[in-house]
Amino acid sequence: MMTKFNTLEEKVLNKYQRDFPLVPRPYDQIAGQLGITEADLLDILGNLQDRHVIGRVGAVVKPQTVGASTLAAMRVPKHRLGKVASVVSSFEAVNHNYEREHQLNLWFVVTAADDAGVKTVLFEIEKQTGIEVIDLPLQTSFHIDLGFDLKC
Amino acid sequence: MLIDGTDERLLGALADGLPLCPRPFEEVGRWLSLSEGQVLSRLRRLIGEGVVTRFGLIVRHRELGYTSNAMVVWDVPDPLLVGLAHKAIQFEFVTLCYERPRRLPDWPYNLFCMIHGKDRQTVLNQLKQINKETGLQYWPHDVLFSGKRFKQKGARYHAAPELKRGAA
Repeated sequence: MMTKFNTLEEKVLNKYQRDFPLVPRPYDQIAGQLGITEADLLDILGNLQDRHVIGRVGAVVKPQTVGASTLAAMRVPKHRLGKVASVVSSFEAVNHNYEREHQLNLWFVVTAADDAGVKTVLFEIEKQTGIEVIDLPLQTSFHIDLGFDLKC
Repeated sequence: MLIDGTDERLLGALADGLPLCPRPFEEVGRWLSLSEGQVLSRLRRLIGEGVVTRFGLIVRHRELGYTSNAMVVWDVPDPLLVGLAHKAIQFEFVTLCYERPRRLPDWPYNLFCMIHGKDRQTVLNQLKQINKETGLQYWPHDVLFSGKRFKQKGARYHAAPELKRGAA
């Protein structure tokens, strides 16, 4: 599963999870800092995206400032896990959906414009699967996502 | 913190990612009928106000080799939670830390930390270290390693515009 990166990719990945320039031509500026052309950088980024190393270039939004979200968990009989997981994943509002080693073995995040939207999705999932959904909305966030260091 | 409808549309448009083209903010502006300058100034304001906590490459941790993703949970007395959480986040391997409600009898835990490690033993050692150094060891806890990943994408808080993205 471990992906190998060349030095340039490593630099791009380490530096631009945070200090992405907010200027009209950000890729040109980054390329300049790395001593390559804008076209080369766009190729590198496109390639990292194709390899699923980068999800996207984008914004991490502070929880509970825009829209509503929750973490939800279900206790799914093992033989139904794949099927139930696909039902859960089929909702556009579900963005992370993982198996975890616990009696509550399916964990997912639901985001929507408001609380009612979140509740509707949880209700629909219960209805379609016949399995209770445990709703664990965020109460306090103590830490922000700062990205990952490749050299850990 | 003031977020208007346009900010929400902007964040919605970015949920699929900033396009990989020479003038990406101009492209996003075109989707939303905003100028490049307006997109940039809105983004700077959202970052300045703390609505956007990070803007940049969003990596997928498994592909970086962080294959052991553990959710560590504790059941701590409510009055102690904030103090213990602030101790837990001092450890650099704790990437997220949250308070969430208990749901008895199914779920007795109220403090959540995410640890992303390159292997299970490292994560377990890190957990031992947190437990020992913060006093969290005295409270019931559990560690939930991730198994199969069924879906991982950016959060979508708002319907995205029905527009093409990608190379301009």
